[in-house]
Amino acid sequence: MLESPQEFVDAVSDVSVDLYRDEVFGIAGESGCGKTTLVRVLYGHIKPPLVLKQGSVELCTEDERPIAITSLSLRKRQRMVWWKRISYIPQASMNVLNPTMRIRDHFAEMLKVYSGMSKERAYPRAYEYAETMGLPSDALKAFPHQLSGGMRQRTVIAMAVLLEPDLVLADEPSSALDVITQRTALTFLKDVQTKLGNTLVLVTHDMNIHSVLTDKVAIMYAGKIIEIGKTSDVFQKPLHPYTRALIESLPRLGDKSQRTGLGGQPPDLRRPPEGCRFHPRCSHAWAACSSDEPSLLEKEDERRVACWLHA
Amino acid sequence: MRGVLPVGSMHEVSMGVDKMFLLDVVNVTKVFGYGFLGRARFRAVDNVSLHQEDEPKILTIAGESGCGKTTLARTILGFMEPNEGEVKYKGRNIHRLRSKEKLWFRKEVQAIFQDPFETFNPMRKVDAYLYEAAKNLLGLKSVDEATKCVEESLEFMGLSLKEVEGKHPSEFSGGQLQRMSIARALLVRPRLIVADEPVSMIDASMRMNIINTFKDMKRKLEVSFIYITHDLATAYYVSDEIGIMYRGSLVEEGPAQEVLMERHHPYTKALVSSLPEPGKREEWLKKTKASGLEIKEFLSPGCKYANLCLKAFEKCTKQKPPMFPVRKANVACWLYESQ
Repeated sequence: MLESPQEFVDAVSDVSVDLYRDEVFGIAGESGCGKTTLVRVLYGHIKPPLVLKQGSVELCTEDERPIAITSLSLRKRQRMVWWKRISYIPQASMNVLNPTMRIRDHFAEMLKVYSGMSKERAYPRAYEYAETMGLPSDALKAFPHQLSGGMRQRTVIAMAVLLEPDLVLADEPSSALDVITQRTALTFLKDVQTKLGNTLVLVTHDMNIHSVLTDKVAIMYAGKIIEIGKTSDVFQKPLHPYTRALIESLPRLGDKSQRTGLGGQPPDLRRPPEGCRFHPRCSHAWAACSSDEPSLLEKEDERRVACWLHA
Repeated sequence: MRGVLPVGSMHEVSMGVDKMFLLDVVNVTKVFGYGFLGRARFRAVDNVSLHQEDEPKILTIAGESGCGKTTLARTILGFMEPNEGEVKYKGRNIHRLRSKEKLWFRKEVQAIFQDPFETFNPMRKVDAYLYEAAKNLLGLKSVDEATKCVEESLEFMGLSLKEVEGKHPSEFSGGQLQRMSIARALLVRPRLIVADEPVSMIDASMRMNIINTFKDMKRKLEVSFIYITHDLATAYYVSDEIGIMYRGSLVEEGPAQEVLMERHHPYTKALVSSLPEPGKREEWLKKTKASGLEIKEFLSPGCKYANLCLKAFEKCTKQKPPMFPVRKANVACWLYESQ
């Protein structure tokens, strides 16, 4: 929840997700739907104005009891969880690199700080690591400003997985990149996930990216998950009218047929509409939609949808 | 709406040439300095020629960031002067206009920008912009006339004066605000609209609504467009002609159908094959060659794509390819020299 001096806004409300090992989980939705807020909660990065009113996030580990991320102190989160167990790649993260440091020194620095390696051991280990990640050697010697956006993004991704975390959260990792560099950065992210066998949460508004990269996808609208399922199923047969609108409004090369977008505006979350939050814009809405809120119900195998049409 | 256009005398002058283009970009080069005191220079737009015929058409200039498409747009709009070459609108060099002609040009050619929140001053009411345009560019003196004009163009964009009146930009969403900036451009009944990434900040589900109004404006109001974008899917959907730019150079141009579906230049091919789309999963996840150091490519004496091109041979790195006609398109690539 986001706090303003006068009131609270439910930026994310009543969301439950299970993430499994060795999967790419997508979170889709448009601006203001709460996808970034959700990821920040998953990361345990809860700082005012963001306030967690209810619920928790637990990380299961192989050897220990589950770690309740949201109830740890900031210091513990920093020492035990961040980078080692959960990494976060924020939006426009290619700009986080220190402009006065060479790329290879960024890696060495991380090893020194987080695994307590000595300088002598950290440097060779950093070079070796960067090489296995497929970063070209001239890029390692360069300063960040000398590299293209795509190469910087790959560097940040490589840094995020340096300590082999169980969970990588990537928030719009490619929205500032061009299609070709976007493809190299995202396939790189996917390769890394396959190599480590961990979980990747990919947040993006771009449905096309979900269609080629994620295994499962959750669609958010106005702070709620309205549909969740295997990506291929969701694209083949979107159940929620909003999901269908998102997918069908995308233009395709080779197809000039008339496309129409959604009418209306997303709701003001300070005063969300009664009932289903999508009903004012929904062409299938009927009486129940404006009075009662549909809950996210299991429809088929691993497929859940919050819509009265399917209840 | 075109019917009520107060016909100016100046743009009716014909130029005694066999065929006059609406817009003719001739060998335009724009050089920027960088590095210490800007002494090192690179060509942001490198010898680009394009033209738009005098009938309502949508011409797209597509390319990735840093390809020079915005610089080209700003040159076409007269915001910056090219170092070489010229931009002619209805036969006149737009960088050599007299002050009276400048007003005419500003009325004929309108611009729409990427970020509607930057287009409008947050402290001013949005309807003030619309009235201002009606007063200054259309020369409407009476309030009634201006109101009618404002209402008409807002209505065309699916808005009403009632929802807009007296409100500040912060009270609208990006999509609504962008509609207003288009309504403002439309208000002066332009002949050509230069739209620089007009929908890239709009949510995908509402993007098509705005793109569709471009098609309507072309059909009903006979407005031509220069649509600057990185999004090839919307470009295909909306445009008649397209030019693909790479690192300042035009690499391929022609009818959108030909360029985007036949794809002659290796760069166009790479661009299209990188588009993620449902059902392309396996193909899309294959490995590709990544670009490393950008500046090298701008300074290359030959084809700027040669470094990344899988089909490059010796000549490509040494000599800049001219445009070769390939079917209905023109392609700047040595592969097509012999044809």
